[in-house]
Amino acid sequence: MLSRTAASLYWMGRYMERAENLARYLEAGYRIGQMADWAGGGTRNEWSSFALAAACEEGLLTKHGEATLDSVIAYVGLDEDNPSSIHACLKAARTNGRAVRTALTGEMWESLNDTWLEFDRHWHPSLRQDNLLNFLDWVRTRSTLFRGAMRGTMLRDDAFFFVNVGSFIERADSTARILDVKYHILLPPGESLGGSMDYYQWSTVLRTVSALGSYHWVYRESIKPWLVAELLILREEMPRSLRHAMSQVKRYLDAIAEGHGQRHPCQRRAGQLYAQLCYDQIEDVFQNGLHEYLGNFIARNNALGQEIARDFHF
Amino acid sequence: MEDSGGRPGSVFDEMVMPDGKPRPGMESLAEWMVTVPRNLLKARQSEAEALFRRIGITFAVYGEGGDPERLIPFDVIPRILLAEEWDVLARGLEQRVRALNMFLHDVYHDREILAAGRVPERLVLLNRAYTPEMHGVDVAGGIYTHIAGIDLVRTGPEDFYVLEDNTRTPSGVSYMLQNREVMMRLFPELFNGQSIAPVERYTDDLHETLRSVAPPACDGEPTVVVLTPGLYNSAYYEHSFLADKMGVELVEGQDLFVRDNRVYMRTTHGPQRVDVIYRRVDDAFLDPLAFRPDSALGVPGLLNVHRGGGVTIANAVGGGIADDKAIYMYVPEMIGFYLGETPILKNVETFWCARDDDRAYVLDHLDDLVVKEVAGSGGYGMLVGPKATPEERTAYAERIKADPGEFIAQPTLALSTCPTFVADGYAPRHVDFRPYVLVGADKVRLVPGGLTRVALKAGSLVVNSSQGGGTKDTWVLSRDTVAPGGETSDA
Repeated sequence: MLSRTAASLYWMGRYMERAENLARYLEAGYRIGQMADWAGGGTRNEWSSFALAAACEEGLLTKHGEATLDSVIAYVGLDEDNPSSIHACLKAARTNGRAVRTALTGEMWESLNDTWLEFDRHWHPSLRQDNLLNFLDWVRTRSTLFRGAMRGTMLRDDAFFFVNVGSFIERADSTARILDVKYHILLPPGESLGGSMDYYQWSTVLRTVSALGSYHWVYRESIKPWLVAELLILREEMPRSLRHAMSQVKRYLDAIAEGHGQRHPCQRRAGQLYAQLCYDQIEDVFQNGLHEYLGNFIARNNALGQEIARDFHF
Repeated sequence: MEDSGGRPGSVFDEMVMPDGKPRPGMESLAEWMVTVPRNLLKARQSEAEALFRRIGITFAVYGEGGDPERLIPFDVIPRILLAEEWDVLARGLEQRVRALNMFLHDVYHDREILAAGRVPERLVLLNRAYTPEMHGVDVAGGIYTHIAGIDLVRTGPEDFYVLEDNTRTPSGVSYMLQNREVMMRLFPELFNGQSIAPVERYTDDLHETLRSVAPPACDGEPTVVVLTPGLYNSAYYEHSFLADKMGVELVEGQDLFVRDNRVYMRTTHGPQRVDVIYRRVDDAFLDPLAFRPDSALGVPGLLNVHRGGGVTIANAVGGGIADDKAIYMYVPEMIGFYLGETPILKNVETFWCARDDDRAYVLDHLDDLVVKEVAGSGGYGMLVGPKATPEERTAYAERIKADPGEFIAQPTLALSTCPTFVADGYAPRHVDFRPYVLVGADKVRLVPGGLTRVALKAGSLVVNSSQGGGTKDTWVLSRDTVAPGGETSDA
């Protein structure tokens, strides 16, 4: 396969996944922000910590001066110049898809194309605070549709593998960042760790990755921070966990290598990352600090992405 | 042979005779047209559009704003050519394209035709399309134009004229194929009981043609690719369509690189050698080291590999000298000079404004003539005398006087018409025809058909898609439909 084709497929997968995760992310910020002044009585603004975790604080502040719900909607939702906005992601997913039209099935192309057209014609001019949640739902639904079209119709060959490698690299990155939001968001004064506000914030993190129900099913316990972290980092059966995402990255890289009859350095790196997630225990994670653990993972996952680009001559 | 201007009485309709009866061979289509309900046709027409839109067969019109991914209108009434008509065309096309290739080989080697004074030397050597870098270069099989699109018009039962030769990167063949596909899907009943020659094998023929011209350095199976300027090019759909149907990679300049006098593409397996490049990128953009240095579409060093026989570029670099509108006047000469044959297809009488007599005549008769820029294409920049206002003609005359060598003029031909489905039923509309000729090292291949373009505006003679033209499916009826017991054509 042409390296450019592989790169386009990989980035199409990444951008579609990123759009979905940005939506999940915005929802977490929105819900936590809604609760923020409930206990303290005053108005608290959590959007700057949100922006910090989303790694877009600098761009946001440069452009809008301060982090508010409106400026976050403008910058993370609609700003075409911000490469990590939902707008830019949906557009980039479609552009990458269009460049490799013949490698996609009709359903995949139609889902990408319709998503972009609907965003451009409907959501872009109309998005505001009061329909934000509808919009975020819509983004998730479109991403789900795309994934369904891909899984349901695409030939299981290199093209499929590269889309999935991209999707799961991106998902691992996003879940780590979503979990890290909690680190950046301070509890209001007077609230204690393990108090009702803390509980609400952790449950919001779970809802954001559609894992609240799964949490109760797996643990049958009230929400404990270390169990939330365990579910989202170390549980293989949790489809948005770091371990699951990495197992899929490894799986699809192996499938590509098998077809090529040749091993690549990126497989080794993916294998190492995956193995560590298999053998780490949640106690180790907290001992060294959750934030440090996640930061370290994000950096290594990022290096894996670069290794993949090198190995396949993107 | 001489044609008067476009007066309605003299227009030849390809389907209906002056007495209103259908021409022989067209009875069953004519009967179907009478019986098929209008609203059904209307529904099928919009179904066809939806199909084209969904498949993504769009083209871009430059500099007009509006929908950047636009559809070319499709007319559901096919255009019919009879087997014996096609046979003549096929022989004429093969003859013409052979001569064009021999001309290209000659002007880049011994220049015999120039030495013999049959084509003016300065017209070739001072031509912008003449590429000195190709002088003395031997291309695989001696072939320069592997894919030629020859534009034909018709003015009478046996009067086909070549309007222009396209020897660089003729486009539109995907419409020929998709029009047939859509017609068969929408009107299967029309295809029963008629022997319509299939065109589907075009892409296989194209692949065979390209494989037959593998460069001398290629040992084993040649690797063929299609080179596109990228997805913002107006014909990108066609590029991806052809690559897909041939089962070869669609590459951009950035996917290719040159090493040790060979061309490679970057793949996930590492570099893979490329032997034949079907390029849809213009000469000027092919190699930033040789031509336009600002080109991001090309491959640095490609021309050198081409010259050294490490890769075949189809169509070859420098082939544009054969489809220049002034060179066109000399194609009948070429046929006589290289093949010793009489041209089967006629040229349109052409006046070249660089010649004093011709220029005087043209300036005197602007209201009767069509004037074109020698290097123009796509229907841009031409003057259709009879339709132009006196002010437009005066302004154009000034342009001609300023730079006479850049203009040719031709009489306005009474282009044939075909019944076309319009808002209030059927109406005759002017058509032209572009068949595609494939020239390999082994043989010349032609599928029986081509692209029929139709001017959808009543009375209009301009069929270019950029100027509001549409397309029709083109049927070549096999001989057994027309004359039972006759020999079946292979073409």
